Amino acid sequence: MSTTTEDALTKNDFVTPNDVRWCPGCGDYAILNSLQRTFPELGVARENFVVVSGIGCSSRFPYYMNTYGFHTIHGRGPAVATGVKVANPDLSVWLITGDGDGLSIGGNHLLHILRRNVNVNILLFNNRIYGLTKGQYSPTSPVGTRTKSTPMGSVDNPINPLLFALGAEATFIARTYDTNVKHMTATFKAAHEHQGVSFVEILQNCVIFNDKTWDPVYGRQTRDDQLLFLEPGQPLLFGKDKDQGIRLNGLSPEKAHVGAGGADMSQILVHDPDTPSPLYTQMLAQMTYPEFPTPVGIFRRLERPSYESEVSHQIEEARSRLGSGTVESLLYTDDCWTVEEGEFDD
Amino acid sequence: MLTRNLSRVDFQRELKQISGKIPSLKDFEMTKVTPGFEERQSVVVRFAGDSGDGMQTVGERFTDSSVMVPNAIATFPDFPAEIRAPAGTIPGVSAFQVHFGSREILTPGDEPDALIAMNPAALKVHLDDLTQGGLLVVNTGAFTPENLKMAGYESNPLEDPDLSQRYEVVPINITELTKEALKDSPLKTRDKLRCKNFFALGFTYWVYGRPLEATVKFVNNKWGKKLPDVAAANVQVLKSGYFFGETSEIHRNRYSVTKAAVKPGTYRKISGNEALVLGLVAAARQTDKELVYSGYPITPASSILEMVSTYKHFGIKSVQAEDEIAAIGVAVGASFAGSIGITGTSGPGMCLKSEFMGLATSAELPLVVINVQRGGPSTGLPTKTEQSDLLQAMFGRHGESPLPIVAAMSPCDCFPVAYEALRIAVTYNTPVIVLSDLYVANGAEPWRLPDLEEFEKFPVPQPPAGEPYQPFARDPDTLARALAVPGTPGMEHRLGGLEKNTQGDVSYDPGNHEKMTEERAEKIARIANSYAPLIINGDDEGDVLVLGWGGTFGAITSATKTLRAEGYKVSSVHLRHLNPLPNDLEATLKRFKKVLIPELNSGQLAMLVRSKYLVDATSLTKMMGRPFRVADIREAILNLISA
Repeated sequence: MSTTTEDALTKNDFVTPNDVRWCPGCGDYAILNSLQRTFPELGVARENFVVVSGIGCSSRFPYYMNTYGFHTIHGRGPAVATGVKVANPDLSVWLITGDGDGLSIGGNHLLHILRRNVNVNILLFNNRIYGLTKGQYSPTSPVGTRTKSTPMGSVDNPINPLLFALGAEATFIARTYDTNVKHMTATFKAAHEHQGVSFVEILQNCVIFNDKTWDPVYGRQTRDDQLLFLEPGQPLLFGKDKDQGIRLNGLSPEKAHVGAGGADMSQILVHDPDTPSPLYTQMLAQMTYPEFPTPVGIFRRLERPSYESEVSHQIEEARSRLGSGTVESLLYTDDCWTVEEGEFDD
Repeated sequence: MLTRNLSRVDFQRELKQISGKIPSLKDFEMTKVTPGFEERQSVVVRFAGDSGDGMQTVGERFTDSSVMVPNAIATFPDFPAEIRAPAGTIPGVSAFQVHFGSREILTPGDEPDALIAMNPAALKVHLDDLTQGGLLVVNTGAFTPENLKMAGYESNPLEDPDLSQRYEVVPINITELTKEALKDSPLKTRDKLRCKNFFALGFTYWVYGRPLEATVKFVNNKWGKKLPDVAAANVQVLKSGYFFGETSEIHRNRYSVTKAAVKPGTYRKISGNEALVLGLVAAARQTDKELVYSGYPITPASSILEMVSTYKHFGIKSVQAEDEIAAIGVAVGASFAGSIGITGTSGPGMCLKSEFMGLATSAELPLVVINVQRGGPSTGLPTKTEQSDLLQAMFGRHGESPLPIVAAMSPCDCFPVAYEALRIAVTYNTPVIVLSDLYVANGAEPWRLPDLEEFEKFPVPQPPAGEPYQPFARDPDTLARALAVPGTPGMEHRLGGLEKNTQGDVSYDPGNHEKMTEERAEKIARIANSYAPLIINGDDEGDVLVLGWGGTFGAITSATKTLRAEGYKVSSVHLRHLNPLPNDLEATLKRFKKVLIPELNSGQLAMLVRSKYLVDATSLTKMMGRPFRVADIREAILNLISA
């Protein structure tokens, strides 16, 4: 995959003339901007990008990316993305989904694209609400969420997208958020570089139906204390002065003040996304507001052969063993018999 | 006592004498009547037993031996939905019917001339079908009080004198003789008894003078290396069954069916699903598309997924998806990316796939969706045949979403139907529905390998070079759009389920939606311009035209041919294309005084034909999970003539 044009691609090469039709102030604008900034930096020719989506506000995304794109049906984007990647493994495939599309109606397909390790980059926009249908609670809405369909508050326990991905043993799991273009861009690049399925949860604000849903986590006033930036090889520290850390107490994480009168740095966990054990990833994924700071960054990154490369590999292997099939060899097999001309009368 | 005529000692002595000798094709003079044989033009044999008795295996072996003769042949496997229903019970009965002859054979036969019943339940289920005076071979060893009770017999039917008056009864203690034949085998008794189907097969080979060599070869290929004792035991039991016929004097009548007069060529035995797979693989070679098949296991379509997966060296990619929806989704994604996506299922799976068919209709992507129909609604009769999904194929999607439909009429016909489906899908950039059915899919017949030059290459429509790409610009003749495939520089565009205009932009313009709806419909309608003329079996005018589609071909054609030979002015037409219907159909219908439409449903094609052509067609329906008998059609035609 190399660029076909002499000139390097820029963000503008990925902007379509279509009017973007999200609500003013929607978090999706920043995500779009970040992806349009990311693509020129990946060394992939524009014609080799494919953006696939399901249905929902986030799933309008392909219409705004000047690449090949396919806006499919509700929840089924993973199946289409799998088909694209199986048919042509050279394409860089990006799947845009949301908390309803990916975790409710499309939960089954998301599960299977993750476990198969199809080399697709999945961006799940999590705004904890159904926006396009005007404000019903979603599978990531906290218990007690009051919406038009849950006037007395939702009663069902929400799903944690990262735990879902971990349960499917996804090989790349990350989280970013819609108010930090730099962090999003870095995360998208890392997702692209990972050979295998990449699952990225994006905390996203719905300005109309669930405004400020993530403000307790990433709002201007709270983010220093509530966001924990994961950096490989770096200790799990947070707070404005990086004087809070995460250490283990038995098998459970706990917050600890670091420095004079507090914990020693040697007690603070050091981030390692390449650790094969899911226990550490699970611990990070379960750290949620308000008990813990919310981790963002790359949670897990493991090497495993991708589905489409194994499919292609089997074809090569079959060909090396049996030769490339010809139509004659397809039809004329050992159990054929021949009736000679003139052997019988009609 | 083993049987009335043969003592244990005699049997052992006979076995010693015959060891090592295997009758081969050369031992039978198949072109003329063999001494000791009564000649028959065709014979229908039905093997019936418990679903663990290996009846499908012996049926297939009998078929293999008969196609080698060669005889004309048609088969009908009939098995329960349960893998192993409780042994000895009525629901556990599995059967395989073979119709072989020296003349054209179009159906597996109405009534068996011979029934091999391995236990009381099999006798109970199948005896009524056996023709009067037919050969009835029963395994007396299985007629225990317990088995009789399970089959619902209050007394042993073999002791009923009426039985031997109505049929040519051959009671053999197959259970005991099998044990006896394997006296020296190291196998455990239970495993020895699993060979008893081969005893029945061997005896049947003797009755009909069939060669054993193909079966011996099959056994050795299957078990020779890994389980040599099992292979040896099965061969021994097969031969024992054969020579039991020769030596026991229990039964003297033998029947020969001479070689069929068949067209010169190379032949192989083929089932419908096999032919479908070969057709898909071959057709993909006739166009510049890679084939991606994506399916989810469902009876009776699973074998398509399994067989396609063995053609990886043809570059065919196969995916077993997580469900029916994902299976078509993967195929749609593959088609979008430039391959030809194919998915296969049965009725319930079609319901799940319908939203994706709508997307592929709107996005105008090539796609083949195969429905191997079975009895419905819901889980219905998963292992029985029906043709009740025609109206679903026509209308089972929301919105205005017409799709082309092609149907296979016989196992061999699945090959050209697969080619035709791919041709239409690629040429017109549309999903195509292939209707097969369980009867066609599982049935087998000899297939004369086609001349591949009959199957022309079909080009992939290409967008004009050097112009801005317009996703929905159309060919003036076919109205097909041309795909620009991801990876093509300068033609980046977005597809999706939202209505688009010619330029490919999302459009809510009322006029545009009507225009696009009409263009999509007109594109499908114009597919009929590419059909070959209708084939009329018989004169092209007359008293009655029998119009059919799908697996009823054999029964309709046989009935029509026979009646015509008797002087009736009856013809038949079997439709390959159900949507759009052929342009020459209306005129053809109107050249006959009456039209009969037999279908294994409540009259679905009849409804379409009546509404489209205002023809007062008579519907003949059957919804019993079984194919039409030739006699059913014959009777309906005669009734219509005399009405």
